[in-house]
Amino acid sequence: MAKPMVVVDDLHVVYRVYGGGGDKGTAASSLMRLMRKQRRPSIREVHAIRGVSFVAYRGDAVGVIGRNGSGKSTLLRAIAGLLPAEQGAVYTDGHGALLGVNAALLDDLTGEKNVVLGCLAMGMSRQEVRDRYPKIVEFSGVGDFVNLPMRAYSTGMGSRLRFAIASAKSHDILLVDEALATGDAEFRQKSHRRIDELRAEAGTVFLVAHNLGEIEENCNRVIWLEKGKIVQAGDDVPGIVDAYLEASGGQPRVREPAKI
Amino acid sequence: MSGPGSLSKRRSLSAPGGLSDAPEMDDEEYVPDEAAGLPGDPLADLAREHGLQLSSARPKLFDYMKQLWQRRYFITGFATARNIAMYTDSRLGQVWQVLTPLLNVGVYYLIFGLVLDTSRGVKNFIAFLVIGVFVFNFTQRSCIISSRVMFDSLPLIRALHFPRACLPLGYVLIELQQLMVSVVVIFATVLAVGEPVTWYWLLIIPVLLMQTLFNVGCSFILARIGAGFDDVSQLLPFIVRTWFYCSGVMFSIQTYRTLAQHPGLTRLLQYNPAAVYITLVRDVLMRSQRLSSPGAQPYNSHLCTLYYQHSSESQYILDSGHCHAVINQATLWYCGIGWGVLAIVVGFIFFWRAEVQYGRG
Repeated sequence: MAKPMVVVDDLHVVYRVYGGGGDKGTAASSLMRLMRKQRRPSIREVHAIRGVSFVAYRGDAVGVIGRNGSGKSTLLRAIAGLLPAEQGAVYTDGHGALLGVNAALLDDLTGEKNVVLGCLAMGMSRQEVRDRYPKIVEFSGVGDFVNLPMRAYSTGMGSRLRFAIASAKSHDILLVDEALATGDAEFRQKSHRRIDELRAEAGTVFLVAHNLGEIEENCNRVIWLEKGKIVQAGDDVPGIVDAYLEASGGQPRVREPAKI
Repeated sequence: MSGPGSLSKRRSLSAPGGLSDAPEMDDEEYVPDEAAGLPGDPLADLAREHGLQLSSARPKLFDYMKQLWQRRYFITGFATARNIAMYTDSRLGQVWQVLTPLLNVGVYYLIFGLVLDTSRGVKNFIAFLVIGVFVFNFTQRSCIISSRVMFDSLPLIRALHFPRACLPLGYVLIELQQLMVSVVVIFATVLAVGEPVTWYWLLIIPVLLMQTLFNVGCSFILARIGAGFDDVSQLLPFIVRTWFYCSGVMFSIQTYRTLAQHPGLTRLLQYNPAAVYITLVRDVLMRSQRLSSPGAQPYNSHLCTLYYQHSSESQYILDSGHCHAVINQATLWYCGIGWGVLAIVVGFIFFWRAEVQYGRG
């Protein structure tokens, strides 16, 4: 019996967004608000996840699909323990490592410093960092750019380096949020292999991507989210992907009979 | 419960409507699933059975300290990297580390030493002032930058899992590094005004250690408050400036003439942690301060009165030592230890209790 790694139990996540307008934005109106002891009108609640439940097991690669704003990234951040649940719970075996496109570490610092600090923050010893450093830089393929501050990187290079850092350690749970989407074909191949390796190391991988081909290549299960709820979930990856495409008004994917 | 297909079985547990194939979602109020979290809830039981932990669970205090110790190289690395990054855009670079406090001393000397003449009754006022400014600056900067540390490091917090206490600790470490530069300037000034080098100088190490503990404690508290309300970092400069004027940076609380008539107020000002550390550093490094601090010499009411009548004349300037001390030297040391320990214990626990809330929203 495979061990469950992630149990999501009727999860609800609510964001509180500040500054959503509604206030005139003058000192006088702010003062009036305080006098009347009103809450800030600009606080708005966004109910991003509305009762999601599922179990992911050791060795699973779970794809999460859905339209923009359907709660995919929120779900991943809740699994990583970075967002508290409003209701329900997320249970995990160990900590999840989240990789996202906008998860810049320290923009002012060089790629090299980011690699070292990122690895140290994940709890590696200095010796481990020294040992893995060349492999991480090589895997990311940023080359000489490693000595430049990360704000000088292209989007693709930045996300490649971040993926390389986060995947340097074998995590029990790796959460990848569109990080591969910006890589080139060569990098996609490499990261595909790395995800397979991580799965083989008895971990669980979650993948959020709009590129459905990527989901089909990497995942053995898929969850389709819509407005914070699960529409379909299961291991019939092509079936659910097609249903999702159909609901979005697209055509089913044309698949080659045999994939390499 | 295992094997292929179990995920699809599981989804029958999701909220009503979760199974429907048509993506027909409306914005109806969600109906809370009452089974969640209670005993008998199959998913919670499954999680418990396999020893899974709540993903947003707060680590136990002792485990947290262990994790923090394990990340010690991250803290130092983070501090060094931030320190370098802070000055990359300025041409003078790290020179600003020395230049900023020196310019501050220049301004305060101009205003308080020359224009307002608060130097009255203090020997070697310039060294006295330099120590005050630099030592206070350490606490001030630690507090102010810590109130922003959680905002500044949001990407890092959201990307990686590590004990968040690393961040305020790293920031205080940056300030400690800056203080080391300042200490060199302090030594140079103290020597330049003609104070002798003595074994007492070594005591600066425990004093600054206690102050560092105090600063770390404060920065934990302010980091947590600042993470919740951005208003704090707007308000803090005013609070700190008030504190600055209460801490005897540019006048001597012990011997200021106007204060001498209000022993109650003097006592209060002297218990203030910033004043405690400043006074201790002054007493350690400056012989003139050791000799002139009230209580340092046998009590002599005649000399004491003379001091307050003619404090600007150099022949009486050290006679304040013959007055009664409001707080004696030993109490000052106990205060320094007390404030440091109190701040770090309270601050650490206060910060740790909100560990899982940082970076949300």
